[in-house]
Amino acid sequence: MRLARHSYSTLRSIQGPLLFVEKVIEARMGEVVTIAFPDGREAEGEVLRIERDTVLIQVIGDSRGLDLDRTRVTFTDSIKRAPLAAEVLNRAFDGSFRPIDELPMFVPEKWAPVSGLPMNPVARERPQEMIETGFSTIDGLNTLVKGQKLPIFSCAGLPSRELAAGILEHARAKSAEGAGSVVVFVALGLAFHEYAYYRQTLERLKGDYVAFINLARDPVVERLLAPRFGLTVAEYLAFEHGRDVLVVVTDMTNYCDALREVSTAREELPGRRGYPGYLYSDLASLYERAGRIKGQPGSVTLLPVVTMPEDDITHPIPDLTGYITEGQIVLSRELHQRGVFPPVDVLPSLSRLMQRGIGKGRTREDHREIANLLYMHYATGRDLRRLEAIVGREGMSEADRRMLEFAAAFEQAIVHQGEARRGIEETLDASRALLERFELLGAA
Amino acid sequence: MNGRIIGISGPTVSVDLQGLRLYERVLVGEAGLMGEVVRLEQGRAVVQVYESTRGLAVGEPVEATGSQLTVRLGPGLLDTMFDGLQRPLAAMRQEQGPFIHPGGAAASSAAAQPPLRFVPAHKVGETVAPGELLGHVEEGELRHPVRAPEQGGAIERIAEGEVPAGEPVAVLAGGIEVSAFHDWPVRLPRPYARKLSRFEPLVTGQRCIDFLFPLARGGSAIFPGGFGTGKTLLEQSIAKFADVDIVVYVGCGERGNEMAEMLDDFSELTDPWSKRPLMSRTIVVVNTSNMPVAAREASIYTAVTMAEYYRDLGCHVLLLADSLSRWAEALREISSALEEMPGEEGYPTYLDSRMAEFFARAGVVETADGKVGSLTVLLSISPPGGDFTEPVTQACLRNTGAFFMLDTDLAHRRHFPAINWFQSFSLYEQDVSCHLEEQVAAGWGELRRETRALLQREQGLREVAEIVGTEGLQDADRLLMQVTEDVRRRFLAQNAYTEDAFSTPQQTHELIHSMIEGYRGASAQLAKGEHLEAVLRKVRPAKKQAAAAGGN
Repeated sequence: MRLARHSYSTLRSIQGPLLFVEKVIEARMGEVVTIAFPDGREAEGEVLRIERDTVLIQVIGDSRGLDLDRTRVTFTDSIKRAPLAAEVLNRAFDGSFRPIDELPMFVPEKWAPVSGLPMNPVARERPQEMIETGFSTIDGLNTLVKGQKLPIFSCAGLPSRELAAGILEHARAKSAEGAGSVVVFVALGLAFHEYAYYRQTLERLKGDYVAFINLARDPVVERLLAPRFGLTVAEYLAFEHGRDVLVVVTDMTNYCDALREVSTAREELPGRRGYPGYLYSDLASLYERAGRIKGQPGSVTLLPVVTMPEDDITHPIPDLTGYITEGQIVLSRELHQRGVFPPVDVLPSLSRLMQRGIGKGRTREDHREIANLLYMHYATGRDLRRLEAIVGREGMSEADRRMLEFAAAFEQAIVHQGEARRGIEETLDASRALLERFELLGAA
Repeated sequence: MNGRIIGISGPTVSVDLQGLRLYERVLVGEAGLMGEVVRLEQGRAVVQVYESTRGLAVGEPVEATGSQLTVRLGPGLLDTMFDGLQRPLAAMRQEQGPFIHPGGAAASSAAAQPPLRFVPAHKVGETVAPGELLGHVEEGELRHPVRAPEQGGAIERIAEGEVPAGEPVAVLAGGIEVSAFHDWPVRLPRPYARKLSRFEPLVTGQRCIDFLFPLARGGSAIFPGGFGTGKTLLEQSIAKFADVDIVVYVGCGERGNEMAEMLDDFSELTDPWSKRPLMSRTIVVVNTSNMPVAAREASIYTAVTMAEYYRDLGCHVLLLADSLSRWAEALREISSALEEMPGEEGYPTYLDSRMAEFFARAGVVETADGKVGSLTVLLSISPPGGDFTEPVTQACLRNTGAFFMLDTDLAHRRHFPAINWFQSFSLYEQDVSCHLEEQVAAGWGELRRETRALLQREQGLREVAEIVGTEGLQDADRLLMQVTEDVRRRFLAQNAYTEDAFSTPQQTHELIHSMIEGYRGASAQLAKGEHLEAVLRKVRPAKKQAAAAGGN
């Protein structure tokens, strides 16, 4: 611990958001610094690397206007922390945790490091309580459970925000207990019209929310900070106030691009498509914060939205995300063009934690069987579509034509639901009816 | 020896400590974070730190320990969950709460253990030579030998019966205490008398592996697959059902919730071979993706050293790591912090040789005291974008004995385990076959050849059927497609959530035998001129079974 605050004006160079400061005594890794601009403005920065008395600092915010002679850097001896108190609820902040709702900042009850600490794997509770989202494709076929991290893989132009907003509005835990749920909404590099849409959704919400908003015009480096603030607040509300917290982060692609931008400025070795080699570990440090603790109420459930560049699921961002998260909800351009909402393609979608969340005592005894049958027959129907394209419907057998009809009916009756919320009972009843109509429920 | 931190970059720290040796363990900073020396220069050493370096300051003290990174070997490792540095996670939870704080955690669990049962082989007053057996610690059916240290000498005191875990079991002349535990450097393979080239089958309980691509004890296998192809599920199924004495499972850079699920499942299950609780044969090493990256690099060495220890007790040990790609990425991250010249895709050029060294730790050995033990290594790989041409998969392919390719297409059809039967291979097929012919059923190899040929022909027919439709195929071909569909759905696919999850070699043989027999019979009838529909009805399985095997 240092007794005095150190202040330096020994800048060696400035490269974009990065400063090299010389002759610094005992800097700390990750230490927060305040940077006084020549024109009197102030910004924060963080220590990224130290080599003897030379320190590399990343400026959080706009670095325009910095110079080598008059800029002063003050070291605070502390790492980045988030202010926490129950008063954080129903407030909106920017990516540096400053209020943007014209209300004063709340008085923090405590401070916690934004990077969080890894949860001890033996302390983790197995996630197995269903969250009903109101969408059949999720509840029926890719069930979400408390403490899970389930991304939405979207493509540019697909209604991922309508789906995310729908989940925010309709989601409720199947077993209602504890202190109720909270939504933490983190916007990363959003365009204003998208933000306005989410803003309206948040205002419509009946429950509590906390919002961290970083718009496209806001500093890039704050994009790396905002989700960490969001998750620190989520952990606080979940594990100290026993709330079930649903964290929606949109759009993770902007986060990864910000990380790439900063990494390149740091002259780090680029990995695939220019993203840094540690993208996996960095994403995991966010995604893995979802979870539950044994013997404690509260949960952090994470729904990141990833817009796949070039609609490519093998692009590093969706690829690494898929390796860390417990499944994925994949949206399809084809279904969207046919007017299906939500346009969820159930074949590549998956919820890894579904097995324990469904069935007798959780949803309904026949849930697993219905889901398996829908899945199997829809996959067959989809395969046959390729055949249909070659030989035409007339050239196909009666049985094959029937499966084609089934696939179409499944998309219209189960996948498509428009704005309406569907409970899990309703989803299962409709699915059962569909399977019966096609006489596919034989063994049940 | 003491020094100070002079630089910090990612997970590596430069220190000004003199006289360090390469791979020596050092304690870094006021919190005493564990680290390992990875580079020495004049006046400066670079240390890879196993915990988060956030908050470390230049000028904080650094202390040399004089020893390498080691693991503690001896009784009490089973049924325990460790982090990548062999710190017991349950004890850490009691000490620190549900989150892991850097530094300060006890490195070993010996003190927390229940008393040991020691059976002496010598009496007080007798003299033992260096390395001579002093006695055994009994743990269930296992006997852990305790040997005299390098000095040897006359026995002053020797225990019999219960000994508290923290205390010596014997004291030699000169006050030399002998503990039931010993430390071993993780990067140093444990010695053995000689390697044997013996190939006994390792039954996994997975029909597709046991029948088409059998594994041998002491062998190695990799299964690469994109995300969602069921790597973890397959790995855990094998950990549950494999016919071995000890399972060491490494969760290397993977999901925390998955580990919670696995512990939950394993604690309820029994080992199908010994009928004892599954956890009593299992050691879990876990370093989830958000835990420090350098400890992830160390975790597979920690695990393989513990596995070798049990091999040396004469056990058949299976090491499962999920996933090796995360280990390689950790290596890349550290290499990049050290500013080394990168090789392919940024991985260090020593990736291949490190991997080859690791694979070489598998094998069947005759131990120093004449026992036979085996260590089998099964590794999952997560190729980026599901692209198998990437460096980690390719480096493994040169070293591994079996390759189970997990197929995204099959996974999308919910065909699990999604092992592609055209691309996968096992080099142990011939060696293991004779055992299976003897122990299970004659004609095993012939049956496999026939099944493979059928699947191969189906592939060709399916391409034709996509153009002309199934109706357009000849009767014999339609029969074949019907049978292979049955083989795929009921034999190769296996539902991990039902009783079907485990299949003995006898059951495996019976099922495939009846299917192939059925096909032979039906072909003959067809040849005699019987109507196709009538023949198909006979080979068609009941609807219920097909539905159960179709999904998961």
